[in-house]
Parts: sequence; structure tokens; C-alpha cells
Amino acid sequence: MKPTDVLIPVLIFAGMGILFGVILAVAARVFAVKKDARAEQIAEVLPGANCGGCGFSGCAAFAEAVVRGDAPANGCRAGGAACAAKIGEILGMEVTAATPVRAIVRCSGGAGHANLKYHYEGAADCLAAERMSGGDKMCATGCIGLGTCVAACRYDALHIVEGQAVVDADKCVGCGACASVCPKHLIELIPADAKYCVMCRSPEPGALTRKQCSAGCIGCKICEKQCPTGAISVNGCIAAIDYTKCTSCGACAAKCPRKIIREL
Amino acid sequence: MMNILLLMFTAILVENFIFAKFYGCCPFLGVSEKPDTALGMGMAVTFVMTVSGGVTWFVYRFLLEPFHLEYLKTVAFILVIAALVQFIEMFLRRFVPALYSALGIYLPLITTNCAVLSSALLIVQNNYNFIEAVAFGFSAALGFTLAITVFAGLRARMNAADPPRAFKGFPLTLIAAGLLAMAFSCFSGVHL
Repeated sequence: MKPTDVLIPVLIFAGMGILFGVILAVAARVFAVKKDARAEQIAEVLPGANCGGCGFSGCAAFAEAVVRGDAPANGCRAGGAACAAKIGEILGMEVTAATPVRAIVRCSGGAGHANLKYHYEGAADCLAAERMSGGDKMCATGCIGLGTCVAACRYDALHIVEGQAVVDADKCVGCGACASVCPKHLIELIPADAKYCVMCRSPEPGALTRKQCSAGCIGCKICEKQCPTGAISVNGCIAAIDYTKCTSCGACAAKCPRKIIREL
Repeated sequence: MMNILLLMFTAILVENFIFAKFYGCCPFLGVSEKPDTALGMGMAVTFVMTVSGGVTWFVYRFLLEPFHLEYLKTVAFILVIAALVQFIEMFLRRFVPALYSALGIYLPLITTNCAVLSSALLIVQNNYNFIEAVAFGFSAALGFTLAITVFAGLRARMNAADPPRAFKGFPLTLIAAGLLAMAFSCFSGVHL
């Protein structure tokens, strides 16, 4: 074996590498795309958490969409009013803040209220537990409590308390990242100033709900009758509050026999 | 001319990359959720495979063969394909932004698509000339596009169906892929 047998391939490949590198470097210069400077400015005032609450893949994508006019300037829920105002400054227009929202876990099955159908010993992840015949709770809409939403939250606003996820309203920015990962679809975004919420989502008839959980909505319709503004409706044995009509009077919570409608 | 057409027909149907050779199964299963993204992926692959077929032919003929470095062709082809995909991506972003955003993430993904590499290797193995090489790359990719688009159509239909729980999702996808491959195997009887 001659030394050139090694040297020639090495030289050829090094040459190819350098040649391609130079071509790509030149191409990057020649084909550079001019970006709207405003998009970069907007991206800087955004929180930068890439939470996806705006519906775009990240803060940079949202910034570009705002510049193009495809997204509302107040579309960043995490940034809130302050961020909307800064974007307005950059774009040179008046921007009013969107109604702030917060996430809420609509389940009260923690602290042993929900009855179990088996003992789950698997990966500590709600999605994995959901695969095992829908989790260990008898209730098909009960919080599994393994913290997939906690892991998804970028603002440390979710914690597992007594076996179920609970949202810390002070930290929640309403991005909705948790809501999109919850396999039970238990997490909802409600107006941040909402005072009352139905903390259950079980649509089962009352008798069945009682068997499954000692803290479930039985669809008794007392709240519906109590509500002076007609904001509460009971569909399929589960109460729901229409926040556009709710006046936060608390009549429903006072009379709920299961204490499911709670003051937040 | 006739043998070019025959070569293209063979590459598209008889020796379909996915159903007869099982190249490029990853994007075939991964990017076939919706017919339009599948078509986007197919277009991106067609674009890259046609160009890479020609470029790798040149690299092999005029760089590797004269120095007797045929044994390094895999490494050389990967290098060429990776650089080519990068270059095409930049080129499209600048001059054809509509196509660039349509192809989106699929374009860089092609770097690691084994169908592209295998078409380059097959071209060398079969001793094609330059025109045959480009035609082979183009038509093999066309076969890939055909397969992935047809399959995406099937999957769109399957989404509406209500199969038993155990079959839902990926299991049914694999079964459908197998059935489709069997349907395509009828072309293997065609001798040209």
C-alpha cells in the first residue's frame, strides 16, 4: 500500500467538502432573503416561550404573521396587554388587549373522591395511562393526575395537588399548551376574571356519576333554575356556564348540592 | 428513445421504489396523513432526486472512477445530496417562495431519505449514461410520488371509517400499506 492510496481520497473528500462549503456560503449570501425588520422587533418583545397559544408554531412565526396581517396584534395571550401595546408601538397603531383567559382543570376527583377501577403502575404520563383502558379512574372524564399538563406548562402554573392537576391562576397566562396535551380534554380556557366554574365534566347520568366519584356533577339542574341570567345550561347531565351571560352572583354555587360549582 | 421510456415505465410501476424495493418507507408512512402534504413531499423528492441523479453521475464518472475510489461512493453521494438539498432549499426560498413554503419542512428531511441515495447507487450499479441517469432519478421519484399520494388518499378514507379499537391508527395504516404493495406487485409480472 502506498501512502497516496490514503492521501488521494482524503484530499478529494476534503476538496469536495471545502468546495460545497464555499458554494453554500456564497449561496447563503446571494440568496439571502430580506426579512421585515419589524418582525424581528416584534419577536423581541414577545415572551419567547414558543408556547403556541397564538396558534402559530412559535414566537417568530407569530411575529411574521402579525407583520403580514395574518394574526391580530393582540394575539399573544402570554404577553397580555403590555406585549400588545409594545407591538402596537412597533406597527404604529392602536392595539387593545384581548380579554385575558386562564386555564382551569375541570375535575374535582382528587383527594380520593374519584373511585379507581384498577391500580396503575406504569409510565408517569397521562397519555400512557390513557392507553390503559382510559386511565385508572372509573370516571371516563376524570383527571388522571400524572402531570402531562404540568410538563407541558412553560410558566410553572400547573401542579399536581392531591392526585389531580390544579392551575395556579396567578401564574397562568392562558396559552392553552396544557389544554392541548390533556388526553381527557379536561382543561379549558375561561375568562381570567371568571368567579365561578363547574369543576366536573362527566356527562354520565347522576346515578352512574355517584358510583364513580363522590365529587361529580349529577345533572340535577338546580343551578340552572337558580341562575337569574340564564347563564347555566345542563346538557347531558353536566352543567356548563356561559361566561358571556354570567354575572358572578354566586347563586349557583350556593345551592349546588355536590359543591361542584365553586368560587375560584 | 424507446429504452428511456421503458426504463421510466419500469422505475415508476414495475420496480416502484416503495412497493417493490421498500426504499423511502419512512416518509411514506410519516408524511401520508393528508393528500396535499403527501403531494408536497413527492414533489420535493422528485425535484431533489432528478437533480441528484445527474450530479452524482458526474461525481462518480469524473471524480471517483478516475481515482479508483468507487468504494467510497456511498460517502461521496451522501455529501453531494446533503449539499444539494441545502442549495436547493436556499435557491427556492429566494426565487420560488411559494414552492418553498409548500414543501416546507419536507425539503431538509429529504437529506436523509434513503430513496434518494439508493437511486444514485442504482444508477451507478446499472451503468446508466447521463440521460438515463436523470430519467431514472426522475421516474423513480415519480413512482414514489404516485405511491405516497395514492396511499394518502387511502388514509384519508380510512380516517372516516370506524375500525375496531385495536386496529385504529397505525396498525390499520400498516395493513393498508401491505395491501397496496400487493396490488402493485401485479406489475412485477410485466416483462419489458
